[in-house]
Amino acid sequence: MDFSDTPAEATFRAEARAFLSANAKLKTVEARQYRSRALEPEDIAASKAWQATKAAASFAGFHWPTQYGGRDGAQMQAIIFAQEEDRYDVPPSIFNQSVGMAIPTIMAWGRPDQIQRFARPALHGEELWCQLFSEPGAGSDLAGLRTSAWREGDDWVISGQKTWTSNAHFAQWAMLVARSDADVPKHKGLTFFILDMSLPGIEVRRIRQMSGTSNFCEVFLNEVRTPDSARLGEVGDGWKVALTMLSNERFVVGQAEGPDVEDILAFVTDLELDDRPAIEDAAVREKIAAWWVQAQGLKYTRLRTQTALSRGKTPGPEASIAKLVSATKLQQIASYGVDLLGQAGAVMEGDGAPLNAWFQEALLYAPGKRIAGGADEILRNIIAERVLGLPPDVRADKDLPFSKIPTSRR
Amino acid sequence: MNFDFSEDVTRMREEAARVLRDRLPPDALRRRVNAGEPDDGELWASLGEMGWLGVSVPERFGGSELGYETLCMLAEEIGRVLAPVPFSSSIYLVTEALLLFGSEAQKRRWLPGLADGSVVGAFALAEGPREPSPRVASRFARGKLSGTKRPVFDATRAGLFVVAAQAEGEVGLFLVEGAEAAVAALRSLEVAPIASRVSFHEAPAEPLEGARDWRAIECLLQRAAVLFAFEQVGGAQGALDMAAAYARDRFAFGRPIGSFQAIKHQLADVYVATELARSNAYFGAWALTHDAPELPLAAATARVAAIAAFEASASQNIQTHGGMGFTWESECHLYYRRAKRLSGQIGGDRYWRNQLIDGLISRQAG
Repeated sequence: MDFSDTPAEATFRAEARAFLSANAKLKTVEARQYRSRALEPEDIAASKAWQATKAAASFAGFHWPTQYGGRDGAQMQAIIFAQEEDRYDVPPSIFNQSVGMAIPTIMAWGRPDQIQRFARPALHGEELWCQLFSEPGAGSDLAGLRTSAWREGDDWVISGQKTWTSNAHFAQWAMLVARSDADVPKHKGLTFFILDMSLPGIEVRRIRQMSGTSNFCEVFLNEVRTPDSARLGEVGDGWKVALTMLSNERFVVGQAEGPDVEDILAFVTDLELDDRPAIEDAAVREKIAAWWVQAQGLKYTRLRTQTALSRGKTPGPEASIAKLVSATKLQQIASYGVDLLGQAGAVMEGDGAPLNAWFQEALLYAPGKRIAGGADEILRNIIAERVLGLPPDVRADKDLPFSKIPTSRR
Repeated sequence: MNFDFSEDVTRMREEAARVLRDRLPPDALRRRVNAGEPDDGELWASLGEMGWLGVSVPERFGGSELGYETLCMLAEEIGRVLAPVPFSSSIYLVTEALLLFGSEAQKRRWLPGLADGSVVGAFALAEGPREPSPRVASRFARGKLSGTKRPVFDATRAGLFVVAAQAEGEVGLFLVEGAEAAVAALRSLEVAPIASRVSFHEAPAEPLEGARDWRAIECLLQRAAVLFAFEQVGGAQGALDMAAAYARDRFAFGRPIGSFQAIKHQLADVYVATELARSNAYFGAWALTHDAPELPLAAATARVAAIAAFEASASQNIQTHGGMGFTWESECHLYYRRAKRLSGQIGGDRYWRNQLIDGLISRQAG
C-alpha cells in the first residue's frame, strides 16, 4: 500500500506536467477560492481555445477510442491529467458534458456518419453540446418528461419545454430526449435526437438561481422541425440512450466545490470566541472533527477508486458517495462559517464578510448542489439498489400508458 | 496509484473469511454467548496454529511476520463476525506494547506465547470511568506493583498483563504475570463477562524500558486505534450486510421492506458512513505500516469515523429488523453491544476527536 504512480503513470504525469507548464500558469490563492458565477462569452472563447490546445497535444478525450483522437479508455490518465490541470489557472471546463457524455453516447448508438461528423469538432472545442433532458415536470422522474415529438413525412416536429440546461445559450448542439408515443408506458414511448440549436423555434432563456448567479437555462421548443436522420437509436429506444448518457455522468459530476474543512479550520484558527481562539471551543472542535473525518474519508475513497482503475478494475458507485457527502458538508460548513460571525453573519461586504463573503456565497449556492446532477434522495436510491441490492420501489405508474398517469390531485 | 491491500493480503482475506465463517456460524455464536463463556478457546487456539496471532511478530520471536496490512485485514474480518476472542487486548495492545517497548529478553520471553495463542495478554490502564489519562494511582517501586484497574478487558484468561503505573513521578508500562493478579469479572455491556476489575498487591513486575512516560502510552494507543478501527469497520459491514439481507427478504404491505425509501435511505447512509470509515482506516493502515509522522492524526481520524460507522450500523440493523431486532434470539443486539464496547475501549469519541483536533493544530504549527 502506497500512493505512488506505476512507472507508466509516472511517465504520463511527467508528460502532463511538461505540457501544462508550457501552456498555462499556476493558480493563485484567489483562484483556488471557487465561486459560482455565470459564464460570459469571453469565458466560452477561452475555454474553446484551451480545449483545442489540449486536443492538439492529445490531452483530451482519454476514454475515447484512438481512431477518434482518444487514448482508448485510459481513465487513469484522465485522472492524472485532471489532478495536474487542477493546479493551473485554466479556463472553466465546459466540455466535460460534450466530450465525456454526449459524444460517447453517439459512439454507442450512432451511425458511423454521425460519429464522424461530431467527434472531432467536440474534441477540439469547436462545437459545444448541451443536454436537453430535465423539464419543469420531470426532474428526478426523468422518464415522466412531456416534450413531444411527432412524425411529419421525413421530419420530426418537437414541442415542449426543457430546463436546468447548462451552456444552452452557448451550445451548437443538444442531446434531446422527447416523447414520441404517449399511449405506451412512460419508459417505452421515448425517442432520442441530436438537435441543432440554431433551428427555428428554439428559444433559450437564462434561469437566475437563488444565489443571484445564472448557471442554467430553460429551453423552449416550439414546433422545431428536424429530419429523421437526426434521430439517435430506434424510435422508442430513447430511454436506453438516455441511460447510456447518464451512465457517463460519473466521469463528469464530482465533488461540490467551495469552502471545505481546511478553509473553516484556517478561519477558526484566527477567529476569537469568548476572548480565546475559536479552535479551543468544544462545540467548534466537535464540528471540525466531523467534517475532517468526512473530507478525509472522501479523499481516500477517491484514491481507492483510482487504485481499482489502476489495477484494471471497474470502480463502483463511489462517485455517488462523493457528491452526496460533499454537497451536504459544503452546506453545513458554509452555514457554520456564517454562524461564527454572529450578528455580522448577515453582511456580505467589508470586515463582516471575511474571505470576501465566501461562506455567505456558498450558503446560497450549496442547496443547489444537493439537487443538481442527481438529488440526495436519488443518490441514496442508487446506493441502496445497486450496492446493497435492495429491490426497486414499487412504481404506481410503471405499467400505465403515459397518457393515463396522474399528474395532480385532481 | 496503489492505495489498497496487496494481492497477497486480499487472497488471505478470502481464506480468513472462509475459516471464520465455518468456525463461527451465527447460531454457534449465540449459543456461546448464552452459555456465558467469555471467549472461544478453540477458535483462539486455531488462530494461533494458523499463525494469525503473530502476523505483527518477527519470525525470530515465533511470529509469522506477515505485517500490519495483514493484521488490519484480520482485525476487520474478526470484527465482521463478532469473533469471541481476546484479539484486541492480546494483539493490538499487549503484543504491540512488547514490540514497541520491550527489551530483547522480554520479547524472547513473551512474544512466542502471544503469537501462538498459549498466552493471552490484557491491557490494564483504566482506573474507573475516565478517558485515557496519565493520572493513575497504581504504583511501581522496587520491582513490585500495586493498584486496582477497572475495567480490564479479556483479563479472565490473561497470562500476562501490561499495566500502567506511576514510577518516579512518571507514568509507565509494566509487565505482570497473570498469576499475580486478582481478577473479578464484572457484568458488562457485552453478554459475555469480558470486563474485569483487576487488583495487584505488591505483584512482582518489570518495567517495559521503552515506555517510561505518557507519550509512549499515547503512541501505543494510536497504533491500537488503527487496529480497533478495522475491527469496527468489519463490525459495521457485518451489521449492514445483515440488515440489507433482511430488508430484501422481509415482506410487509405486500412488498419487500427494502423497497421502501424509508429503509433504503437509512441503509444507504450506513453504507456511506462505513465506506468513509473504511477509507480512513486504510490511511491509518498506511501510516501504521510506514511508521509515518501522519500516524497520530490518521489514527484519530480512523477511530472517530469507525466509532460513528459501527454504532450507526448496529443501531440501524435493529431498527430494520423491527420487533425481531430487539429480541434476545436475534444477533442484532450482539452487534449493538460490541459496537458500544469497542467505542469506549482505549478512549471514546470525545477523546479521539480531541486527539484529532490537536493533531490538526500541531500540523498547522509544523
